[in-house]
Amino acid sequence: MTGVRVAGVGLTEFGEHAGRTGRDLFAEAANVALRDAGVDRERVEQLNYGNFMGALAERQSHQAPLMAEAAGLHCPATRYEEACASAGVAVREAVRAVRAGEVDVAVAGGMERMTNLSTERVTESLAVAADELFEVRAGVTFPGAYALMARRYFDRFGGDQTDLAHVASKNHTHALDNEYAQYQREVSVEETLDAPTVASPLGLFDACPVTDGASALVLVSEAAAQRHDLTAPVAITGTGQGSDRAALQDRETIAETPAARRAATAAYDDAGITADDVAVAEVHDCFTIAEVFALESLGLYEPGEAVGAARRGETTRDGELPVNLSGGLKAKGHPVGATGGSQIAELTRLLRGDHPNSEWVSDAEVGVTHNAGGTVASAVVHVLEVAG
Amino acid sequence: MSDGAPGGDAGYDEWADALAEDGYYLSCPAGHGSLPPRRVCPECGNDSLSEEPLPAAGEVVTFSAVHVAPPDFAEQTPYVTAVVEFGPVRLTGIVRGLDADEVEIGTQVGVDVTRNEATGNRLVVFRPR
Repeated sequence: MTGVRVAGVGLTEFGEHAGRTGRDLFAEAANVALRDAGVDRERVEQLNYGNFMGALAERQSHQAPLMAEAAGLHCPATRYEEACASAGVAVREAVRAVRAGEVDVAVAGGMERMTNLSTERVTESLAVAADELFEVRAGVTFPGAYALMARRYFDRFGGDQTDLAHVASKNHTHALDNEYAQYQREVSVEETLDAPTVASPLGLFDACPVTDGASALVLVSEAAAQRHDLTAPVAITGTGQGSDRAALQDRETIAETPAARRAATAAYDDAGITADDVAVAEVHDCFTIAEVFALESLGLYEPGEAVGAARRGETTRDGELPVNLSGGLKAKGHPVGATGGSQIAELTRLLRGDHPNSEWVSDAEVGVTHNAGGTVASAVVHVLEVAG
Repeated sequence: MSDGAPGGDAGYDEWADALAEDGYYLSCPAGHGSLPPRRVCPECGNDSLSEEPLPAAGEVVTFSAVHVAPPDFAEQTPYVTAVVEFGPVRLTGIVRGLDADEVEIGTQVGVDVTRNEATGNRLVVFRPR
C-alpha cells in the first residue's frame, strides 16, 4: 500500500461572495491547489467533490462534472454528500483510491454557496441534514439539535455557557491573521454571553456563520511525488469514518458523539498512533459545544473534561494542545460542503510552516482533523504527519 | 393545506397515527424498542416487530427554547423542543402548556398529536402531566 502525500492545497476566502457562482469558487480553489502542488492538470485522474445543499441554494445537482469542467480537469468526477462532512468523505475516498493504487493524482475538496439564501431558508436547508420524520417535522433546527446536546452534556458532566464562550473567543483570536477567515476580529467572552439566544443554551456567537467558499487538495502517491519531484512534506497517514443513528433521540447517548469516537479509533489505528501523539487539531466547531464533543471523541480529553479546555488555556494557540488555529468553523467560516477539505488544507499549512499560525506549532509532527455531518451521525477523522 | 413535503406524507402519517389514540411503539423479540414506520429492528435487524403500548408518561431528557426557526415554525418562536423518554423509546417534539423556564430535565409529560397552526401539518407535542 502506497502512502499519500498532500502535494497542494487551495482555498477561496471564506465569507460572502455575492454574485459569484459555486463553480467559480471551486475553480479558484482548485487552481490555487494545482499551482501550489506544481502538478499539471493532465495528471489528475480523479475529482472527489463535496457539496451539501447545491440543489437548494443554486438549484444545481450533479455538480461534480460541472466542477471538473470549471477547474479544467478531464477525469471521472463524483460528488460526495454527507451533510457537513461531505468534503471529509470526499478526501477519505480519494486517499483510499490513491492507496489502492488506482490513481496517482487526485483532487479532493468541496464547495458551498449559502449567503444567497435568507436566514430562514438557510435554517430550513441545514435542517434537512437531520431526520426528516422524527426531527425536522418536530421543529428541530440545526442549532436546536446542538442545543439539545449541550443541555444534556451540561446535565451529565457540568460546564456552562461561559466555558463555551471561551471556545468562541479563542477561535476568533486564532483567526485574526488568517487571510482566508470570514471574521478576522476578536470576540470577547462577554460579547458571546450577551449575544441573542438562538436555541437555549446556545447564543448567536456560539454558532458558526453562514459562509460561501471552496477548498481543494491535490493528493498524490508517494511514488508520484518522487517521480515528479514534488515538494509534499505532509502525509495523510490515517483515515477513519463513523456513522450513527440519524436522530438524536435514537442514539446510545446524547452527551457524547460515538460516531466520531469510532472514526478516531479507526484513523489512529490506521496511522499507528495514539491520541497522546497528537500535537495540534482542526475540529468541527459548527457550534462551540461541538468542539467539546470533538475533543472528547478524539480521545484528547476524557468525557466531561474538554468543556473547560479553552477557559483553562489548554487549547489556545499558546496552550499545550492548540485547537482550531485556523479560527475553526466558528471564525474562519463554514461553507458546509467545503469544510472537510479546508480543515486538511489548514492543517497542512500549519505543519508545513506556511500558515500564519505555524509559529505556535513549530515542533508538531502529528495533527488530526475532525469533520462531522449533521449532529455527528457522520464523522470523518484524518491523521496528518510531517513526513519530511 | 397538507404538508407538501417533497417525500409525501406516507411515512409521517404512519408515525403520527401510531401516536394518536393510545400510542404504540415497536418491539423486537430481543426487546429493542423503536419507532414506526420501520421494517426491521434497527438494533438487530429482526423483522418480527410487535406493537406495544407507549407508556402514558415520559421524562424530559433534554430540551431547548428555539428562537430562530425555519418558515414552518417561525410564527411559534420561541418554542421548546424536547427529547422525552417513554420507557424503551425516546420521542422528539414540542412542549405545549409549559413556558421555557418551567421545563427541566426530568419533567413528566405525555405525548399528543396536534396541528402546526401555520401549515396544518400534524405535529408531535408534549403536555405536562
